[in-house]
Amino acid sequence: MAELTYRDAVAAGIAQEMTRDENVVFLGEDVAAAGGVFKATVGLLDKFGPRRVRDCPISEQAILGAAMGAAMTGLKPIAEIMFSDFLAVCWDIVANEIAKIRYMTNGQITLPLVIRTANGAGSRFGAQHSQSVENWAMAIPGIKIVAPAFPADVKGLLAAAVRDPDPVLFFEQKSLYSMKGEVPDGEYVDELGKAKVLRAGRDCTIVALAAMVHRALGAADILEKEHGISCTVVDVRSLVPLDTQTILREVVKTGRLVTVEENPRLCGWGAEIASIVADECFWDLDGPIVRITTPHVPLPSADLLEDNAIPSVERVVREIREKID
Amino acid sequence: MDTSAKRNKSSPPAPDIGRETRLELYRLQLELRYCEKRAYDLFLQNLIKGTSHLSLGQEAIAAAFGVAMRPDDWTFCTYRGHAHTLARGASMEGVLGELMGRQCGLLGGKGGSMHLTDVKKGAMGSYAIIGAHLPVAAGAAWSAQYRGTEQVAVCFFGDGTANIGAFHEALNFAAVWKLPVVYVCENNLYMEYTPISAVTAVEHPAADRAAAYGLPSIIVDGNDADEVYKVAREALNKARAGGGPSLIEAKTYRHSGHSRADPAKYRPEGELEKWLQRDPIVLYRERLLKLGFNEPTLIDMEAEAMRQVDAATATAKASPLPSVDDIEKNVWADGGSAWRN
Repeated sequence: MAELTYRDAVAAGIAQEMTRDENVVFLGEDVAAAGGVFKATVGLLDKFGPRRVRDCPISEQAILGAAMGAAMTGLKPIAEIMFSDFLAVCWDIVANEIAKIRYMTNGQITLPLVIRTANGAGSRFGAQHSQSVENWAMAIPGIKIVAPAFPADVKGLLAAAVRDPDPVLFFEQKSLYSMKGEVPDGEYVDELGKAKVLRAGRDCTIVALAAMVHRALGAADILEKEHGISCTVVDVRSLVPLDTQTILREVVKTGRLVTVEENPRLCGWGAEIASIVADECFWDLDGPIVRITTPHVPLPSADLLEDNAIPSVERVVREIREKID
Repeated sequence: MDTSAKRNKSSPPAPDIGRETRLELYRLQLELRYCEKRAYDLFLQNLIKGTSHLSLGQEAIAAAFGVAMRPDDWTFCTYRGHAHTLARGASMEGVLGELMGRQCGLLGGKGGSMHLTDVKKGAMGSYAIIGAHLPVAAGAAWSAQYRGTEQVAVCFFGDGTANIGAFHEALNFAAVWKLPVVYVCENNLYMEYTPISAVTAVEHPAADRAAAYGLPSIIVDGNDADEVYKVAREALNKARAGGGPSLIEAKTYRHSGHSRADPAKYRPEGELEKWLQRDPIVLYRERLLKLGFNEPTLIDMEAEAMRQVDAATATAKASPLPSVDDIEKNVWADGGSAWRN
């Protein structure tokens, strides 16, 4: 085990896969010579050269279109979209082309590609550089969606995404890039579609994703120590495929479900989980399902406003106490 | 009618196109024409649902590239893609069957008229969102360049596409990376229902933009299969040799409306008639006779093409409907559509 930052785990995951498979190539804006605006891909150009690690113009449609064309003809591209907000300018390629081509062609075309993108708030970047857009993608059949919370998951799930034969949208939470954590040495590959139980409790199951996992863990600590409420925390990790079995099992154990979502309220991933839980283990619930989300507003920039918009540890503690006690 | 078309009408036939190639060009144009006409008839009989964008009048371009391309080259086309898919060797029953929503369709009824694809023949998809496939073709070209296969991606699109952002992104990208891709704008004078000249800042929507990507401006008479064939061969050779992309504007005209829903009443009186005089298949037949080809050979060829269309129609009509079980198949590479465990 080595201690790596979340950003270094990105580079480690890409390097592991590029070393293993000559057909893995990497492209994006400022990703090669500059090593990425978040410095998540430093060293890849030196290691693999300009043939495999390529800087692109500010042309998101061209970047993802090129990744798609390359994937259908034998390569395994990893494409970076610098901020997930920019997916909006190439959404046709994501939603209409990449997600649908396999189905429309009745399986003639397979797209083993990964779209990496920096997602989420916490950097005071305002409404166009801070969104959590996982739910945009969840609305589209045909894309797998991963959002790691820890450096080890970054490396392991990124490797799994590269090896997966289907297109994967890989959301890196930009406020976690500097976070450190233990990452297994050597070749490390995780599995898509597996949630992780990070903490076992008796009273309430908190399901969270990416940065919100850390807030859920923080809240669970306080709830346990200060209020005697014992919480299970499940890190969803992968929205598509979704590990509903783990979630249902953990909800049945505690009889309570709380989702903590960074996205604005409407149609967040937690709503889908709430619907599944209500359908499939309603009689095991001891009370209403609680969704804790950002209000349904574009994100503000000032630190006071941003901090109060995104679910905080304090808010999670408060809402769980109010609703569960 | 545009000036380049007039000029090319009187130009002598290209001397360097072999006899066999000329027969192949004629045969392919006939097949595309007859099959497309059959698609129209099947619509009128309500055997084909949805919409359809016919290439009637534009066959010379698809046929010329179909003959000029290497079997392992890739075609990317638009929703007006029946001809381009057939021109790569996709079967007529596969195309007509797909239009009719039958099991024998190229896509088993999953795609329909606007998404014809036959990967085994290098027909890498028909894309129904304007502009989307230009960057996708660049990506395929990148893959060929990366792997050193000397394959070329050929991407067909309409005049209206030259005004969408993806056109610019793809052309710049392909030029900067020097990719083996040939972009072919089929300028049929109308973007859907509107004259392209009314919505475009330059006279030649693709060719006049070529300079912006450091590419030469290439305009060809799209109703002359020989002319298109020559230009196609040059561009394919250049791409294969590492010379980078080409942007070709082929002037042509569609004989029918934009889609099934469009009777094309916006066309000035006499315009269609003028272009029918320059029907690519009529012109080509005249040329072959002038060059000394035997008329009975051509008549046999015409009968054979019609026989093939008839046989394909019968096969498609007899093909079973898809199974409703197919609805949830082939979202993922494992053949299924599961999004949860």
